[in-house]
Amino acid sequence: MNPTRNAIRLGLRRGWTEFSQSVRSTQDQGFYLFTAGITVGYLFLRRNTEVPGTDLMLPSVALPSILGALIAFGVIIGPAYALAMEKEDGTLLRHKAVPHGLQGYFTGQLLFQSMSLLPQMVVILVPSFLLFDDLMAEPSGWLTVAWVIPLGLLATMPIGMLIGALVPSTQKVGTWGMLPVLVMAGISGIFYPVQALWGWVQVIAQIFPMYWIALGMRSAFLPEQAAALEIGGSWRTTQTVVVLSIWAIAGALVTPMVLRRMARRQTGSQVEAARDASLQWVR
Amino acid sequence: MEPVVTVRDLRMRYGDTDVLTGVDFDIERGQVVCLLGPNGAGKTTTIEILEGFRIRSAGEVMVLGQDPASADEDWRAHTGVVLQSWRDHPRWTPRRLLTQLGGYFAPYSTPERQRPHDIDLLLETVGLTDLADRKIATLSGGQRRRLDVAVGIVGRPELLFLDEPTAGFDPQARREFHGLVRDLAAGEGTTILLTTHDLDEAEKLADRVLVLAAGRIVADDTVDGLSRRLEGESQVKWTASGERRTESTPDATAFVRRLFDELGDDVQDLEVRRASLEDAYIALVQQHEAGHGEAAARLFAEVTR
Repeated sequence: MNPTRNAIRLGLRRGWTEFSQSVRSTQDQGFYLFTAGITVGYLFLRRNTEVPGTDLMLPSVALPSILGALIAFGVIIGPAYALAMEKEDGTLLRHKAVPHGLQGYFTGQLLFQSMSLLPQMVVILVPSFLLFDDLMAEPSGWLTVAWVIPLGLLATMPIGMLIGALVPSTQKVGTWGMLPVLVMAGISGIFYPVQALWGWVQVIAQIFPMYWIALGMRSAFLPEQAAALEIGGSWRTTQTVVVLSIWAIAGALVTPMVLRRMARRQTGSQVEAARDASLQWVR
Repeated sequence: MEPVVTVRDLRMRYGDTDVLTGVDFDIERGQVVCLLGPNGAGKTTTIEILEGFRIRSAGEVMVLGQDPASADEDWRAHTGVVLQSWRDHPRWTPRRLLTQLGGYFAPYSTPERQRPHDIDLLLETVGLTDLADRKIATLSGGQRRRLDVAVGIVGRPELLFLDEPTAGFDPQARREFHGLVRDLAAGEGTTILLTTHDLDEAEKLADRVLVLAAGRIVADDTVDGLSRRLEGESQVKWTASGERRTESTPDATAFVRRLFDELGDDVQDLEVRRASLEDAYIALVQQHEAGHGEAAARLFAEVTR
């Protein structure tokens, strides 16, 4: 039996176990329903708003953008919190103490965090398709969804893992993780067109993957003529693939290095110090 | 046969604080060795260096034939670490977690040493059979620590590390735990290195005690051996005619014989204690905590020589 293959198999098993435990937990179900409630509620209130310059209703335009944002948000904040917490509570150390355990641990994280998108998408898509018309212009759009989501995942998940690996404590994920991601979402043309912002903000927005995931999702859901609303009046599919691929490749190169460095520094005393610190929130 | 652990002139420095100033010892296969010392003496640092979790500043360390600082993943298959977890894997059950972590040892199974442990048997050994399918979040502190032990031994390690394993245990849990460690050493022939600041625990568990103070080993012997080195007097306590009496004597046996000759059945609650090692150790701990670690370590090394 090859130990590395065995570890990856155990990691997949771990990811699946984490996923099935998560969808059965009321805490996680509550989180999914909460985000779904807000999203669908917002779209419902604005269901009769027309998007200027098109004959489309707001839900049709906003839904793909919001889905894109949720994907990026989920796979950045999810792993960031998971890693930060599991550094502190000893999960990572347990895996460091068994042969090839870290390979298994990270395989599990990758699978679990990717699968977590599934219930998130389902609870938003099902009620949306029941409530609103004209969400998916062409059925072939699903094919676009089928590559935008995995590529977006590969482009953004490393960011989450890096945040989780680098933050000094779970309490700091809010400052170092949540805040920058929210700013990124704010300027990525999800709630209003990116062209409404200053030129230099538009440039920054287009450096980060979130804008491109949302653009890719809009290109999947919306009719061809809606591309007129975008920068350059085009879906810029090639550029989407290129930018997201660059992020994905950079992530695949940098993340393992950083994770190895983080794992090397894991000790029992560190876990103990985190336990003491968690009892002392105010200092 | 080659020792399982060899440590030569091990040094550790954090910033400009020297935690270990030259630690030397060997551990032979099958021994249960206790690293005893006051809190902050460097016990955890030492054991973490041997576990390969911490990089030393200087010195030589060999554990199971490899330097733990650069040991490969296969080396991990032969060591077990009992961690003090606190809230990891709350949604998992003991059975699921042990099956998952035990799985990593399967490629290292040999006909002589089947890996991992049979999970049901393991759960029974640590007394978690009834809780095997409960969420770990619902376990009590003592039950969690038993799970920690199970995770540490699931790969049937040849060498097991335990850092302050009974911290926070109630007396009942502590006694059960001592039995578990003795069974492991006797049944599996596992070499065990554990740390404690409790002399009583060291005496109950260890074949051999290494007293660590001021960053080095100041005594290395069995608890009995250490006691004998201290030529203190024994304390005899007894109750006669409803009165509690205490007497110190260099020869407890002769004293007790005389006591019975004189008082006969009137002697009750008889207690003979070679108090000197305990006194010496308590003095060491107190001095260490008062910040005179170096002087205390010298004195302890001297009296136990």
